Amino acid sequence: MRDILAARSQMGMSLAFHIIFAVVGIGMPALMVIAEYRWRRTGDAGYLELAKRWARGTAILFAVGAVSGTVLSFELGLLWPEFMKQAGPVIGMPFSLEGFAFFTEAIFLGVYLYGWDRISPRAHVIAGIMVAASGALSGIFVVIANAWMNTPRGFTLVDGKFTNVDPIAAMMTPAAFPQTLHMTLAAYAATGFAVAGIHAMMLLRNPRNAFHRRALSVALLVGAPAALIQPLAGDVEARYVARQQPAKLAAMEGLFQTMRGAPLSVGGLPDESARRTRYAIEIPHGLSLLAFHELDAEVKGLDAFPRDQWPPVAIVHLAFDVMVGLGTFMALVSAAVLLMLWRRREIISLRWLMIAIVACAPMGFLCIEAGWMVTEIGRQPWIIYGILRTADAVTPMPGLIVPFLTFTALYCFLGIIVVLLLYQQVLRSPREDETFPQQAEPA
Amino acid sequence: MTFTLAIVIAGIVMVALNAYVLLAGADFGGGVWDFFARGDRQQAQRDLISHALAPIWEANHVWLILVIVLLFTCFPAAFSTIAIMLHIPLTLMLLGIVLRGSAFIFRSYGSEHDAAQQRWGRVFAIASIVTPVLLGMCVGAVATGAIGGTALSPSGSFASQFIRPWLTPFGVGVGLLALALFSFLAAVYLTVESEGTELQEDFRTRALWAAGAVFVIAFGVLALSWTEAPMVREMLMAGPWALPLHIVTGIAAVTAIVALWTRRFRLARVAAAAQVTFILWGWAAAQYPYLLPPTLTIQSAAAPDRTLVLILWALAAGACILLPSLYYLFRVFKLQRRS
Repeated sequence: MRDILAARSQMGMSLAFHIIFAVVGIGMPALMVIAEYRWRRTGDAGYLELAKRWARGTAILFAVGAVSGTVLSFELGLLWPEFMKQAGPVIGMPFSLEGFAFFTEAIFLGVYLYGWDRISPRAHVIAGIMVAASGALSGIFVVIANAWMNTPRGFTLVDGKFTNVDPIAAMMTPAAFPQTLHMTLAAYAATGFAVAGIHAMMLLRNPRNAFHRRALSVALLVGAPAALIQPLAGDVEARYVARQQPAKLAAMEGLFQTMRGAPLSVGGLPDESARRTRYAIEIPHGLSLLAFHELDAEVKGLDAFPRDQWPPVAIVHLAFDVMVGLGTFMALVSAAVLLMLWRRREIISLRWLMIAIVACAPMGFLCIEAGWMVTEIGRQPWIIYGILRTADAVTPMPGLIVPFLTFTALYCFLGIIVVLLLYQQVLRSPREDETFPQQAEPA
Repeated sequence: MTFTLAIVIAGIVMVALNAYVLLAGADFGGGVWDFFARGDRQQAQRDLISHALAPIWEANHVWLILVIVLLFTCFPAAFSTIAIMLHIPLTLMLLGIVLRGSAFIFRSYGSEHDAAQQRWGRVFAIASIVTPVLLGMCVGAVATGAIGGTALSPSGSFASQFIRPWLTPFGVGVGLLALALFSFLAAVYLTVESEGTELQEDFRTRALWAAGAVFVIAFGVLALSWTEAPMVREMLMAGPWALPLHIVTGIAAVTAIVALWTRRFRLARVAAAAQVTFILWGWAAAQYPYLLPPTLTIQSAAAPDRTLVLILWALAAGACILLPSLYYLFRVFKLQRRS
């Protein structure tokens, strides 16, 4: 394996691993604090049990997220020293702000997890809200830094060097708003549906279980609205990509020829050497309509770019279709859930809807992984779009396959442990004889 | 010395590193004492360490992230050189950080005292020992001038470029010094945390042993610096501030030992933290004005002023949120202990 490929694989694998924990760090605190709030309002001890279990889950996932995030902050330099040397002063600002948001999250998570009987109820709920808010904020700052890589602004390039650096302009890039909106909604949709799906599965077996019923209601409260409006955020994002990164859009859609009234290709297999996408279902004018909201708008195909500036087409197109397909399914399920609630139907008694919710459990995370593949692989061959090539940013250190394989093995192992622990600590139905524990602290 | 923007920010990076060493360093030290838990009270010792760490270790860990972010934002040239030359020890250190953190949380949330939990305890303890040594080795490598002074060339061998600069007796010495200092801090802090229990004597003994280890290793490192880190050694021996620095460090060290001996544990805690702080700033002063001796100075590695000014504002704003929050965290878990 060539070093550049090993470096990209390690970065991709580290991001793919970390993003799960980062997303959960945004979504779970919201669930846990809603559950606690309901307990404080109603005195219903079932919600207290939920809040405590979700807090335990959050603690486990946050810890793994914190350390895997640390790895990433080092890897930016360990793998891409030239990129950091150039970009550090330009995009350090959102990273610094993220540092403080992450600090706040870690501090108040400590207060929340271990402070059940040390601080007032009100202070405890506020600590939970601080965790949820700073979690969302730290995600937003990191995505702002990524947005800069897609639409670099805030500097003048003189002989390959960045001058006139303006870190504020570098934060206000065209990609910043669409990307942060899309990602924040994704975090709530994915976490909400993952939790809802798991508890829905338990309820299909045992519909009377009050613990899982409460869990389902809180999880859907967070997940369904986010998943429902996500397609709109996706539209905002697609239209920015069409204008700012036309090569990425062409790869996403498997569009090889520039044309007016471009069709939307659903599925199919792009063939780079033959320069066409086979076996796709084509919706006439669909792409022009979606990308520019005009039936006959011109959409640039890959033929508008030199061959050495194409991203890998097939993987980007397929990842995009996976994201859109699963995301659409989640939005439809959300619409059904909200419609049934509006009509005052009991969701738990609707078996088809419960099965659909179970099916959604992994989908949000699959969408996020696929979506980041579109963003990151679709930006290739650039690490800073149009400015610096990924191949020119990689470390001169040879043998990069070794750290890649090491971290892959470690993360696979940690992933298995986390799943086992979560099952033990969070999902297992409380036994009949189990009283709600008063201590939040582990032994 | 004129206080340019870059120097002010380099000072802030040192403050953050200082906080990391005093807080997270002690968390690593806690893992060391978990490893060396002995005797009838071994489970009680481990429980105390775990109890002391649980609410705060993640917040303490973030200081390292702040150091890294400030380094790549404000001193990008230094960061990229460090990342290239120290790729191997930094990667190993990251593995240690990941395993330490994960193992700690897996142990805390595993079922009670079963075999798996003991295994995670071992992983936590061993990673807590290995990680500080690697961190110290990276610092040592910078101090020798090997990181700033080695020019990469395609004809150079892998070992001479990516291993030999950091794998030196001096580097290992600094790594062991870091380990001893962290263990010392942890033991001293734990004497305060264990107030009123018989564990206090256990940690007092450990603190005294660790103080002895610090003393021996520090002199070993100084001896090695004669040949391996001449520039830093010269400044440490002959710099204008050298004598006052050695005096205050010595006073802090003696105070810590006397306070431990006479069981004035709160005083010992202050003195131990001061001693470690002086050692850290002594290193920084000995390197000044170099970030990566002998080539890259703080000034020459610095980002454009506009970035530095904005970062300063961000730090000021961040501190307004961070410091009260940190105070609150420590008040809830450390000051209200006995309530």
